[in-house]
Amino acid sequence: MLAGFQGLVLAALGVRLYYLSVVNGEKYRLRADKNRISIRLIAPERGEIFDRNGEKLATNTQDLRVLLVPEQTDQLRPTLKKIQQIIEIDDRRMARIERRIKRQRKFVPVTLAQGLDWQTFSRLNVEIPRLPGVLTDAGLSRLYPGGNSIAHLIGYMASPDDDDVAKSPLYQLPGFKVGRQGLERRYEPFLRGASGTRRVEVNAVGREIRELPPREEAERGDDLHLTLDISLQRFVMEQLGEEAAGAVVLDVASGDVLAIASSPGFDPNEFTRGISNANWQSLLKDPRSPLLNKSVSGQYPPGSTIKMIVALAALEQGLISPETTFFCNGRHRLGNHTFHCWQNRGHGTMDLMQAVANSCDVYFYKIAEKLDIDLIADMARRFGMGTTFDIGIDGEKAGLVPTREWKRIYQQQSWQLGETLNVAIGQGAMLATPLQLAVMTARMASGMEVFPRLVKDELAPKALFPTLDVNPFHLETIQRTMAMVMEPGGTAHDYARKKSAVALAGKTGTAQVRRITLAERATDGGVLENSELPWKSRDHALFVGYAPATAPEIAVSVIVQHGGGGSSVAAPLARKIMDFALSKTPANPDLEGQV
Amino acid sequence: MGNARMFGPRRVEKSILQRIVGLNWGIVLANVLLAVAGFAMLYSVADGTWDPWASRQMLRFGVALLLMLVIAVIDIRYWMAIAYPAWFLGILLLFAVELVGDTGMGGQRWLDIGFMRLQPSELVKIATVMALARYFHGRNYFQARSLRSLVIPLLLLLIPFALVVRQPDLGTALMIVVGGVAVMFLAGVPAWLFVVAGVAITSAIPVAWQFLRPYQKDRILTFMNPESDPLGAGYQITQSKIALGSGGMTGKGFLEGTQSHLNFLPEMKTDFIFTVLVEEFGLMGAAAILLLYGIVLCYGLIMGIGCRNQFGRLLASGLAVSLFLYVMINVGMVMGLLPVVGVPLPLISYGGSAMLTWMVAYGLILSVSTHRHVTIAPKGSGII
Repeated sequence: MLAGFQGLVLAALGVRLYYLSVVNGEKYRLRADKNRISIRLIAPERGEIFDRNGEKLATNTQDLRVLLVPEQTDQLRPTLKKIQQIIEIDDRRMARIERRIKRQRKFVPVTLAQGLDWQTFSRLNVEIPRLPGVLTDAGLSRLYPGGNSIAHLIGYMASPDDDDVAKSPLYQLPGFKVGRQGLERRYEPFLRGASGTRRVEVNAVGREIRELPPREEAERGDDLHLTLDISLQRFVMEQLGEEAAGAVVLDVASGDVLAIASSPGFDPNEFTRGISNANWQSLLKDPRSPLLNKSVSGQYPPGSTIKMIVALAALEQGLISPETTFFCNGRHRLGNHTFHCWQNRGHGTMDLMQAVANSCDVYFYKIAEKLDIDLIADMARRFGMGTTFDIGIDGEKAGLVPTREWKRIYQQQSWQLGETLNVAIGQGAMLATPLQLAVMTARMASGMEVFPRLVKDELAPKALFPTLDVNPFHLETIQRTMAMVMEPGGTAHDYARKKSAVALAGKTGTAQVRRITLAERATDGGVLENSELPWKSRDHALFVGYAPATAPEIAVSVIVQHGGGGSSVAAPLARKIMDFALSKTPANPDLEGQV
Repeated sequence: MGNARMFGPRRVEKSILQRIVGLNWGIVLANVLLAVAGFAMLYSVADGTWDPWASRQMLRFGVALLLMLVIAVIDIRYWMAIAYPAWFLGILLLFAVELVGDTGMGGQRWLDIGFMRLQPSELVKIATVMALARYFHGRNYFQARSLRSLVIPLLLLLIPFALVVRQPDLGTALMIVVGGVAVMFLAGVPAWLFVVAGVAITSAIPVAWQFLRPYQKDRILTFMNPESDPLGAGYQITQSKIALGSGGMTGKGFLEGTQSHLNFLPEMKTDFIFTVLVEEFGLMGAAAILLLYGIVLCYGLIMGIGCRNQFGRLLASGLAVSLFLYVMINVGMVMGLLPVVGVPLPLISYGGSAMLTWMVAYGLILSVSTHRHVTIAPKGSGII
């Protein structure tokens, strides 16, 4: 009986086994495969970024790294100590490494140091046989040969955060970085490429045992070609030097951004490697705000560079003709308030040409008294103010073009005539970015609705812009006044003397950032000189211009924050930039010989 | 299978040589085959190397096989004489474990006596069956039915049970009880008593539950519903079922088991070795192994029934049931039919204790078979 019972039980076990392996066999086979086969991503190589002449602005270099597989070391601490004798790893980083080792699974490699030079790398390789668990590896990391001069437009690479990880599984790969700021961020999906996959057999703890074909290779990211001219960009950055400044150079015909500089710069490579806390703090605390991209995100009162817009609005309205004259005695009264000209003793009788060339404020006060603010605003908008162009850099600002409606909505007050007078000389509420000023100048120079672009459009190498809805005769008048600025008697002549046969056109601007009181005007010395003021209270120096005056090719804007006078500081810089830019422009062959 | 009568002439006393020749070599071979299957699986678990498990297992088996043969030819009356002393020794050792035992796998089970680690519960498993067989040998059918004569057998059974439960080793404790109960049943203890005891135990389960260790509760709860915690306690059973099922009819092939070679299976070389076997050899391989066990164990019972003395009859049958429990619990466990109680598959699982128990027990069964014609006086005053 017992034997029968035993036989029965064994038979029952057999039936159970039959049920598991034959009836449900397929299900369990799938589950066994799901257990052992894991899909691993292959990181794609990031697309490179080139300037207009094919020079590399962002590329990928071999990154020599040293890694540690914790489970393969016999003793963790002595091994780390020995590594520390060969490469410098500070205690903070060491603490971070040790935390990582504790948190991760023991067979996942931990990066001890990266960006090693060949010498250290080869020394390590000599030592490695004596250091079990330590391995060297050459991966890819981002390099910006342009360094400081392109930080603001390129951006940098950083470790992904949780939001990024939610977007693509690629960001979970160890060492995979994500573009931050600038073009790296905007064109992230384009530059990143597509991941490849490989199927690997893993064991219960997830360790790779072997790869199972087929393997799908990663797709390299697309390259990005810019309109930027890196040599011009470098030159502009050199000229801006240590100032807090922004400058933009546009190709008038195409809208190509040839240079878009913001000073001081910083080294994006440092960010990609992982910036030290000290350097990060010094960047944050610098009053010149190096991290701000001044050429697209800095908004400044345009100062006298707005006067062309005001003059054009007045011409279009028929308020004045080029021959209309006003007398300037240095001040203009409106009600019981006195508006001052920058030239305290007055300019005397001025026509439009002279008023622009001398940047006579009184002349424009008188126009503004009869010109509605909304008309000025309309003209400013036609020239690209108050809007963004979305050239591919994040944080582009729209500036501010004040109107009656704006005042009513945002300040719940009605517009005062005195405010129009202030706007007419570029003080008031109006704000513009260097990029907008460069676009304004390019439109002024060409009469076309020039639209800037930083990324090359392979399909439309030559842009065709619509003509501006402005009387060409009036525009030509303004162009002539801008040429006069550079002539003897013009505000920029003494400071930006002609050095070549090419005639330039431009306009200086000096934007006040403080209020000048009556009491200060009444003192013996009169209005304080910039050199007498603390840096933060000094005027912004501005210059916009284009060249050659007769057949415009390039348009430039320069703003030096708290730099002082537009004539003395911004104009000479712009002059040098234009000269350099013209020497580089092969589009005008007859210029080549002259420069 | 009534071919027990085919063994040699009806002579009571035999020489050593006669006994050796007269051994049932076919059944010895079946045991060897099971062990060989174990070597093969240990070789596979070690990713195709003899070291460290298969080679040591072979050495152990060699010793155990020798021991089995020696036990088989020793006179059955000698074994009867030492039945009680063996039981007392076992109980003593259990107390020793309680006091100075090594803790391994969450319980005090091992006694380190210098050259080897002894698991007294294994000895007790055999000794209890021996002692019970010895007790009922002196009693006829009617004596066995009287309630008064059940006091001593119950003590023989419950003392080791209580000590082993305390270790705690629930699996072994249950095997001791079931082995003992089988002996009592065969001795003629009335069936209704077992029914009453069964009902009593069932109703005591809620009380007993309070005394279980957390890991034991965990195992039982997990057994009820392994999918409730697929990465925790249910992981073992779930992975084991995946491995068994994915083997299919013919298996993935020797050394090709993915669940085992990629370490998804728990305790591969010990408790879950049957899973490895089924994954690599499929239903066919499993059926072959179960059939071998069936032959070996049924033959054990048959050899018991064919014995002329009561002690031998009860001893062989009781041991056969005990050994059968080993197999049933292990195989049921890896299939998810029984809770994971940590019982190895004897002869195939890596480890000396289970193998030794099996071979010693089977040696005794063979001894019973060898001496099946020996008659022993009721009081057992045999040869010594």
